Amino acid sequence: MARTSKKQTALKFRGEWEYAPAPESKDHIRLEKKYGLFINGKFSEPRSGKYFDSVNPADETLLASVAEAGAEDVDLAVTAARSAYEKTWSKMPARERGKYIYRIARLMQERARELAIIESMDGGKPIRESRDIDIPLAAAHFFYYAGWADKLEYAVPGRTAGPLGVAGQIIPWNFPLLMAAWKIAPALAAGNTVVIKPAETTPLTALKLAEIIRDADLPSGVVNIITGAGSTGSALVNHPGIQKVAFTGSTEVGKMIQKTLAGTDKKYTLELGGKAANIIFEDAAIDQAVEGIINGIFFNQGHVCCAGSRLFVQEPVAAKVIRKLKDRMETLLVGDPLDKNTDVGAINSKAQLDKIHKYLKIGVNEGGEMYQTSCKLPSRGFWCRPTLFTDVSQSSRIVQEEIFGPVLSVQTFRTVEEAIEKANNIPYGLSGGVWTDKGSKIFRVTSQIRAGVIWANTYNKFDPVSPFGGYKESGMGREGGLHGLLPYIQTYSN
Amino acid sequence: MEQTEKKKSETLNGTRPNGQEGNKRVSVRKTYKLYIDGKFPRSESGRYYALTSPEGEMLANICRSSRKDFRDAVVAARKAQPAWASRSAFNKGQILYRLAEILEGRTAQFTAELVSMGVSESRSKQEIQASIDRLVYYAGWTDKFHQVFSSVNPVESSHFNFSVPEPTGVVSIIAPEENGLLGLVSVIAPAIAGGNTVAVLASSAYPLTAITFAEVVNSSDVPAGVVNILTGYRSELLSWFSNHMDVNAVVYCGSDAEEIRLVGENASLNVKRPVILSPGDWYSPQEENPYRIMELQEVKTTWHPIGQ
Repeated sequence: MARTSKKQTALKFRGEWEYAPAPESKDHIRLEKKYGLFINGKFSEPRSGKYFDSVNPADETLLASVAEAGAEDVDLAVTAARSAYEKTWSKMPARERGKYIYRIARLMQERARELAIIESMDGGKPIRESRDIDIPLAAAHFFYYAGWADKLEYAVPGRTAGPLGVAGQIIPWNFPLLMAAWKIAPALAAGNTVVIKPAETTPLTALKLAEIIRDADLPSGVVNIITGAGSTGSALVNHPGIQKVAFTGSTEVGKMIQKTLAGTDKKYTLELGGKAANIIFEDAAIDQAVEGIINGIFFNQGHVCCAGSRLFVQEPVAAKVIRKLKDRMETLLVGDPLDKNTDVGAINSKAQLDKIHKYLKIGVNEGGEMYQTSCKLPSRGFWCRPTLFTDVSQSSRIVQEEIFGPVLSVQTFRTVEEAIEKANNIPYGLSGGVWTDKGSKIFRVTSQIRAGVIWANTYNKFDPVSPFGGYKESGMGREGGLHGLLPYIQTYSN
Repeated sequence: MEQTEKKKSETLNGTRPNGQEGNKRVSVRKTYKLYIDGKFPRSESGRYYALTSPEGEMLANICRSSRKDFRDAVVAARKAQPAWASRSAFNKGQILYRLAEILEGRTAQFTAELVSMGVSESRSKQEIQASIDRLVYYAGWTDKFHQVFSSVNPVESSHFNFSVPEPTGVVSIIAPEENGLLGLVSVIAPAIAGGNTVAVLASSAYPLTAITFAEVVNSSDVPAGVVNILTGYRSELLSWFSNHMDVNAVVYCGSDAEEIRLVGENASLNVKRPVILSPGDWYSPQEENPYRIMELQEVKTTWHPIGQ
């Protein structure tokens, strides 16, 4: 339908083209009412006797009751993993180990839609993302690392490679199944066994993965999946029976883990917070850049450690970019994560929503100009409108601290040097984005941003072969690709 | 007779062995100072410790560095780091090789210093030669480790994606207490070969060769601030070396469990990369490898669209 008013300056979509609901059917998914711990190849009641609820953040309904592993349960899981490591997994020909990992990848692909739906129900992310990104990538991750199992010696030139032992792994709630894949796949390929703890708000896809691992006939105890909260994770990290800790989560907790592990022989990788600069130069393809900004900050409700949460726009195009950005934000559909048209789903938990609201207040109190889209929000569940702050400074807390929500701060710059200096003026160094049509400028800027992953004229792209991880306080070690294999390998001089 | 009774410190400080009897020239002794930002300052604290030979003879007053000296060294290292990192790999290799050349030419001086500190003459020569060879070894890696440890990653989408090592940044180093020269060279070389800048605490038992090595650094086209060498007490400086918030990695050489724990805990304050080296034998070929460079590198992955 043609627009009628000539005076209109901003695009208005809402009210003219309504989207009919297009919900993904959930009638074929299988969820138990209650889940135990997956230890030594089977689900069992927790010795702790405790359970907690996993709720759907989009409507606050109960999805399942999940076991909370206590110290005794953690010990059982580590013992099972150690036994599996010594008796089967490290003794098995590497090629056979690889085939088990391939099996996991295949079973995940077979059950991909079910996993995607459960992921969206448990975590609040749009089905479009869980279906097209999270689950396919998770399966691809297993497929990629499966092939490494019998080729380890090519990963460490001049050395001989071997496994470390039992890996204790703790993963976050923003990409629950994908993070489980990032952790488990390289660990198994290198010949380690695993005890993994999913986040307390999003345990369900990891428990479905436990079913898949069982169905793949993986030897008992090679992968143990224990649910719980912080104290479970702490018991795991401190358990003397593990040789390796892999953690993805906040910088605050990462520092605590690093401190705890000081003086021990445990190896560790930390994938922590971020506050990425997304830099738009005046010679960028502006419309493309606007799409990149949107994807950079509103992908997965901004619950992304590498989110492009600090936007830097070169002054000559700042007004234009901000206007186009606001127009584009206005078109974002916020709502039912299971609706195939939804762009922005539910905030993962009440606690996270409170944290985001706290930062919105801080931003306003510090003098920032807040802009939020006008979309209607569902009455139940946890929601936050796509939000943009202008009039912020380098020292603003909303510029320096990770919010982990759909909140973008916008600053301007004049020169390349200024952009680089501002981008690096932060303790984090996980990721960054650069938008320009000039090739030499891309290489100059990408090589000077102190961060582990840089997207040039694109943003938030992931792939199993592509190493991911941070500089500075964003962590250490890499996940994905050849470099992601190395933290699970012990090397010996030839 | 006079020759055999000649004091070690005089050999050390350059008295001509066959000086004219009865008209003996008084030697000019060296003041051993710190090396910060390409200059040789004394410790701002004014403190010192007396270094004596195993026979109890006074060798030199050694600067006892303070927290402030270390902070000055970090400021210098931070300032120098981007320019050092952006030197071409070839140029960094030439400069490391230059270090080896200059060290080779000063073999006699280093021998005298090691002997004065109680190392046998043959062992001294061996240590100096191993140090020279180690510098040449890492000089050769500067333009090769990127090739060995980089990757082009065949992503599914239409992007050119590659991963390359980049220097971690500023590295603080607690050099080995044993092997005052070889230990020092073995930890500095891989750090700077990879484009990092360093603030190093030298062995407190063998500080002379560390400061004389600073003179080698100073005359080898190593830019000011890239290598900063402090002397002093490990027990006093360990905390500052590991808890400074503008240091990206800390290398600790030793095997004291309490010290290793302290370094690790302090490292967590800003997620420093802790590298703990407790080797038995610095001469071992296992103590020189490109993984020592990689421990002080970050891996950066860049995505670039293919198309249009």
